[in-house]
Amino acid sequence: MSDVRIMRGREWARPVRPARREVLSATPELEEGRPPLLFVPGFGHGAWAFAEHWLGHAASRGFPAHAVSLRGHGGSEPAPEATLRAYVHDVVQVAAGLPRQTVLVGHGAGALVVAHALARYPARAAVLVAPVFGGWGTLGAALRRNPAGTLPAVVGGRLRLSRGQLFSRELPDADARRYAGRLGRAGRRAQWQLLTQTDPEPAVGAPSVLVLGSPDDRVVPTGALNRVARRYGSAPLLFPGMGHDLMLDARWREPIDALLDWLEKETIAR
Amino acid sequence: MSTSTDRPDPEATTLALSRDGRPVSDRGDTVCVIGAGASGLTAVKNLKEHGFGVDCYERETGVGGAWNWRHDRSPVYASTHLISSRPFTQFPDFPMPDSWPDYPHHSRLLAYFERYADHFDLRSHIWFGTEVIRVEPVEGDRWDVTTRSTGGYGPERTSRYAAVVVANGHNWSPKLPDYEGLAEFRGEVMHASSYKDPAQLRGKRVLVVGAGNTGCDIAVEAAQQASHCWHSTRRGYWYAPKYVLGRPADQVNDTLLALRVPLRVRQWLYHWTLRLTVGDLTRFGLPKPDHRVYETHPIANSQLVYHVGHGAITPVPDVARFGPYGVELTDGRQLEPELVVFATGYLPRFEFLDPKVLGDDSGTGRPTLWLNAFAPGHPTLAVVGLLQPDSGVFTLSHWQAVLFARLLQLRRTRPERASAFAAATQARAGERYSGQVKESSRHWFEVGHADYLRALQRALDTLENK
Repeated sequence: MSDVRIMRGREWARPVRPARREVLSATPELEEGRPPLLFVPGFGHGAWAFAEHWLGHAASRGFPAHAVSLRGHGGSEPAPEATLRAYVHDVVQVAAGLPRQTVLVGHGAGALVVAHALARYPARAAVLVAPVFGGWGTLGAALRRNPAGTLPAVVGGRLRLSRGQLFSRELPDADARRYAGRLGRAGRRAQWQLLTQTDPEPAVGAPSVLVLGSPDDRVVPTGALNRVARRYGSAPLLFPGMGHDLMLDARWREPIDALLDWLEKETIAR
Repeated sequence: MSTSTDRPDPEATTLALSRDGRPVSDRGDTVCVIGAGASGLTAVKNLKEHGFGVDCYERETGVGGAWNWRHDRSPVYASTHLISSRPFTQFPDFPMPDSWPDYPHHSRLLAYFERYADHFDLRSHIWFGTEVIRVEPVEGDRWDVTTRSTGGYGPERTSRYAAVVVANGHNWSPKLPDYEGLAEFRGEVMHASSYKDPAQLRGKRVLVVGAGNTGCDIAVEAAQQASHCWHSTRRGYWYAPKYVLGRPADQVNDTLLALRVPLRVRQWLYHWTLRLTVGDLTRFGLPKPDHRVYETHPIANSQLVYHVGHGAITPVPDVARFGPYGVELTDGRQLEPELVVFATGYLPRFEFLDPKVLGDDSGTGRPTLWLNAFAPGHPTLAVVGLLQPDSGVFTLSHWQAVLFARLLQLRRTRPERASAFAAATQARAGERYSGQVKESSRHWFEVGHADYLRALQRALDTLENK
């Protein structure tokens, strides 16, 4: 059997309904022919999470940087019934709309959305930041760390991530409070799909994939991080002492610099 | 990887001589793609993605082939819209913007191909304004490709390639019918390929011959612009609306296909749906279809029956003969049109290739290929896009190109797999991928998109056998 699935009857017959999408961008002053980056936030987060630090920093290093809010998040159209497939559709649409082959960067459950998008769009490369690939293990870990915030999600309510899960103690409390206040929620069906979802199809166009994370992440256990990295034939790049939201935490500069360094090497090598 | 800087340079790389003693520049493992239309572009993109160097030759100065209305061989007219909806038309890994309508206009399609070319950086692989005049097999399953500037200017140049993809399209060489007395007819006669704008019809008595999608589109425009329109068809057809049950008709159809509803049941459902919506066509004077739906190339036109109902289109049978001032029909009626438009289709042509290479030994113009793409005895040759699907063709071209790229990869790494594929090509050349289809000189490459893609999937599975 080939790993390619040609017949996509359901996708053809029932295309995803379009929804207005928020895309925030920062572009370098001088166009240097570098591939554009598309940041995909995880459940509950919007494009704002990347606009805070990472977009501007990537642009200052010469990469056109964009972030999309998945439907129902941030400034995109409300979509309480959104599915994982609709999120993947949003990402592929934005990526294909950029002028050149795009590097997809997914954070949290956004990394799973990116992994699915890689099967529908030949990305230049992909980066999975603190990836949440779902499954019952993820639920178990979340229930242990934050039972009060997780239990409602099991019955279709909102998943409440605590500040302690997302950020390290180094982040000033006022910032942490402000960020946590901006968190929204993912679609009910998408939340369930995170538990019951099937494995993403293999990526098309053989992109290189980098996995980033923190051993002190209280959402993604190190074991899960290693499993995702192994899937793509590598080991995760670790940033000890940081929380789950690497793009908002106090030392946000370290992971984005490592990501861009890797990308510079990767795009010159190919 | 091939970039703009390592294009063939005859002085530096001449290694061999062609059969007639001219120098040949050797392009090593590079693959040659003929044509930068939809199929050519997806071939360049997928070969590049699989690590091959690619040289693409395009006779025009832009991408988009038939869909670029600036091209002199382009068949599109001002009002051309897609007849398959977006999900069936786009490349499977590069979706059209979801803000576009279900059936985009041809100018949007050109913008889509231009964006595809820029997004995947394909233009640096394309030699524009260069036409291919000869493609000859040489020893080692390699190919000598001779090119020159479009229009025959400048010197000929021959390059040797590891493989060739033929993507020269099949909607540019008009098929003109031969009627008795046509030469004596004093009125204006044109093929649909030279029809561009409804102004050409304004105020005239127009006879449109042919009930393909183009013929029906032109008849509808003539209904609105001409002083009268006759629409001549050989047989009755099923005129499928573009929308049924509030959704694009092909999406409804594929819902049934995805559920693997058998053909007979789908035909019954379709007939039943048409009876409820369009109703009995013979009441409008249209002939009763002599076949079941799905047995001819589908016609997606919601407006034709509407204009027949307004009396702006008079359906008439086939033309028997032409006279100096009029046309006699097979039922004996006489018409006096000022303008006759032949929407009689196009024929595929491969004038740069010996017909025998494509398995057309008797010279009938019908290649004998496996999966409409692979020629027996020539494992490094593929024809991409020689398909008339009941849906969009670009998805099919994409997967043909992927299959060919993977085949070329396996020729290096697992030669036994590639030779098994070659044996299958030999054994299965000429297979058809549709249900029963009414015979016509143009419909021999008609395929059902689901049947065809399933056959491609099986070929890919056997090839990779993971």
